[in-house]
Amino acid sequence: MSRWGMVIDLEKCNGCEACAAACQAECNQPPVGESEARMGRKISWLKISEELTGKFPDLHRRMIPQPCMQCDDPPCVRVCPVHATYLGEGGIVAQIYQRCIGCRFCMAACPYTVKYFNWYNYAGGLPAAEQEAMNPEVSPRPRGVVEKCTFCHHRLLLAKDQARLQGNDPARAVYHPACEEACPAKAIYFGDLDDSTTEVARLAQSHRASRLMEDLGTNPKVYYLARKENHG
Amino acid sequence: MDRDFRHEADAVLMRPIFERPKYFYPLLGFLLSVIAWAAYCYYLQFNLGLGVTGMNQPVSWGFYVTNFVFFIGISHAGTLISAILRMTQAEWRRPITRIAEMITVAVLGIGGMNVLLDLGRIDRVANVFMYGRYQSPLLWDATSITAYMTASALYLFIPLIPDIAILRQHATGWRGGLYGVLSLGWRGTERQQKILNRCIGFMAVLVIPIAISVHTVVAFVFSMTLQPMWHSTIFGPYFVAGAIFSGLAGLIIVMAVLRWVFHLQDYLQPIHFNYLGLLLLVMSLFWFYFTCAEYLTAYFGNEPGEMRVFWSKMTGEYAGYFWLMVMCNFVLPLPLLVWRRFRQVTGTVIASLLISVGMWLERYIIIVPSMANPRGDLLEKGHYTASYVEWSLMAGCFALFVLIYLLFSRLFPLVSIWEAREGREKTLEIVAARVERYKLGEGRLKEEQ
Repeated sequence: MSRWGMVIDLEKCNGCEACAAACQAECNQPPVGESEARMGRKISWLKISEELTGKFPDLHRRMIPQPCMQCDDPPCVRVCPVHATYLGEGGIVAQIYQRCIGCRFCMAACPYTVKYFNWYNYAGGLPAAEQEAMNPEVSPRPRGVVEKCTFCHHRLLLAKDQARLQGNDPARAVYHPACEEACPAKAIYFGDLDDSTTEVARLAQSHRASRLMEDLGTNPKVYYLARKENHG
Repeated sequence: MDRDFRHEADAVLMRPIFERPKYFYPLLGFLLSVIAWAAYCYYLQFNLGLGVTGMNQPVSWGFYVTNFVFFIGISHAGTLISAILRMTQAEWRRPITRIAEMITVAVLGIGGMNVLLDLGRIDRVANVFMYGRYQSPLLWDATSITAYMTASALYLFIPLIPDIAILRQHATGWRGGLYGVLSLGWRGTERQQKILNRCIGFMAVLVIPIAISVHTVVAFVFSMTLQPMWHSTIFGPYFVAGAIFSGLAGLIIVMAVLRWVFHLQDYLQPIHFNYLGLLLLVMSLFWFYFTCAEYLTAYFGNEPGEMRVFWSKMTGEYAGYFWLMVMCNFVLPLPLLVWRRFRQVTGTVIASLLISVGMWLERYIIIVPSMANPRGDLLEKGHYTASYVEWSLMAGCFALFVLIYLLFSRLFPLVSIWEAREGREKTLEIVAARVERYKLGEGRLKEEQ
C-alpha cells in the first residue's frame, strides 16, 4: 500500500504560482470574484504564503506553497460528524461532497486552514463557456459544502485503471499531481513515502526537511526543504 | 364547569389564561412580523448559500455559533436552578420554578435551532442520524441536548399536572378538552400526590448531571480542537459556570417582566430578587475567577499562537469587546449586587441586563478571535463583520422566545398554583417544626455547658 507524500524545495521555488494555477484548472476550483475574494472566501486548494525575514537591506523573502498537508492523524477527520471527511486510500484525506452537511467543524479544527467552503454556488454560477472548460474527471462542488486538496486523487484512479488494462498490479500504480507537473523550477516532488527507492522518500529523510507545525502531532505528509540555518 | 375563577384563591394567576390581555394581539403581531422577516432572511440564505452572512475564511463560525452557545447557556437557568432549589427544599423556590423551567424549554430549542441555521446543507441534516460518528463532539452535543430537552420538558410538565386539573374546572370549549387530556385524570388523591412528588424528585436528580453535561460538551466543541485559546481543559467548567451565570441573569429579567405585566407582585417579591441577586453575585465572582485562571495561564505560557489571540483581545481588534465584557460581567454588576440597598428588583434587573450583554460578548470573543488568528506564522489574519441576515435571525430568535412565553402564559399559569398553596398550607408547620429542632440543639448545648 502506498503512502503518498510531497516534498517542496523552498530554495528552488521562485514563487511563480504556476502550481496554484494548475491546481485551480485541474480540480475545477471556481473563481469567486473580486468582492468575495476580498472577504476572504477565495478557493485555492494550493495557497501560497509569503514569508519575510530580516530587515532591509538584508531581507529574505520566501514563498511557501501550501496544499492540504494530508496529515496521517488529521484533526479535521476527528471532528466530522457525518464521516464526510476521512483518511482514504494511500493516506489521502478525502472529502465526500455529497455527504457533507456544511457544519464547517473541519475548517475550525484544521490548524493549516486549508479547507475551503462554498459560501455560494460558485461553480454552478460560472458562464457556460467556463463550465464546458472544466476538467471532466473532477466533480464541481455544490453550494454549502467543504472542499480541499485531494492530492489529485482522480489521477491515482486513472493510473490504477491504466495499470489494470496493462495487466500490472494496480496497487503499485504511480501518478503525479498537477502542481508537480506544472512547476517550472521542479521544486515539487511527489511519490510514495513508504517506498525507499523514490526521490520523495529520500528527500523526506533529508536533514533539510521539516513539516509545518510538526509539534501538533498531526503528522503531515507534505515536507519542506529549506536552507539549514532556517531550520526550526 | 362554569365556576368563575375570579372567586378562587390565586385568581391573578389564572387571569391571563381566561381573560385575553388587551396587548395580546398587537404584541403577537409585532413578534410574528419580526419572525416573518427573520424567516425571509433565512429563505435568502437557504436559496443563495451561507454567503449572505459575514462569515469567511478563516472565520468560518460567527453569530450562529455564538447564539447557539449563548442560548444553551441561558437554558441552564431554568431546570438546573429549579432542580437544585427543589432538592434543597428552599421554600422561596415555589413561585419561580415554573418560570425558570419554561425558560429552559423555550431557549433550548432556540439554541439547538442556531446550529441548524449554521449548516451549509440543512437539506442533509438527516446524515447526522444516518452516518453519525460518535468521535465528533457535535454528536455529543446532539445527544446531550436532546436528553436535556426531553428531561426538561418532562420536568416542566409533571408539576404542571395538578395545575391543569385546577384549570380544567374553569375551562370550556377547546381549552376544556385540552386540559382534560393533559391533566391525565388528576384528582389529587393522596396516592397520586405521592407518585407526583416522587417523579418530581427523581427528575430533579436526573436533570442536574444532564444539565452539567450539556454545557460541558458545548465547550468541548471548541476545546477538543487544537486551536489557540480553545484547547484548554478549563473550558468545560468555565462554560458551565458562565451558563448558570447568564441563566440566572435571564431568569431575573424574565421574572421582572412577568411580575410587572401580570401583576405577580404578591408572588415574586423583592426577597426573591434579593436571593437570586446573591446567587448572581456568587456566579459573577466565579466567572471572574475562571476568566483570570484562563487568561493568566495562556499569558504566562507565552505560546506564540495563543499570544496572538490573547493580545488581539487585550489590546488589539477585539479589545473593545473584551473590556466591555469585563465591565458588564464583573465591574458594573458587583456594586449593584454587593450592597443590600441596590440588591432590589431594579438593581438586580440592571445587573442582569448588563450580564446578558456581557455573556453574549464572552461567547463572541471566545469564538471569533481564535478563528481570526490561526496558529502559525504564515497564515493571514481574518476579519468578521456580521451581515444583516445574521442580525435579523438573532432578532428572530429573541422574538421567538417572547412568542413562546406569550403563548405559554395564555395556556398555563406562570406560577405553580398547587405549590404556592402547598407552601401556604403545609410548610408553615414543617418549617416551624424544623426551627423547633434548631432550638432543641440550642438546649442541648446549654445542658452540656
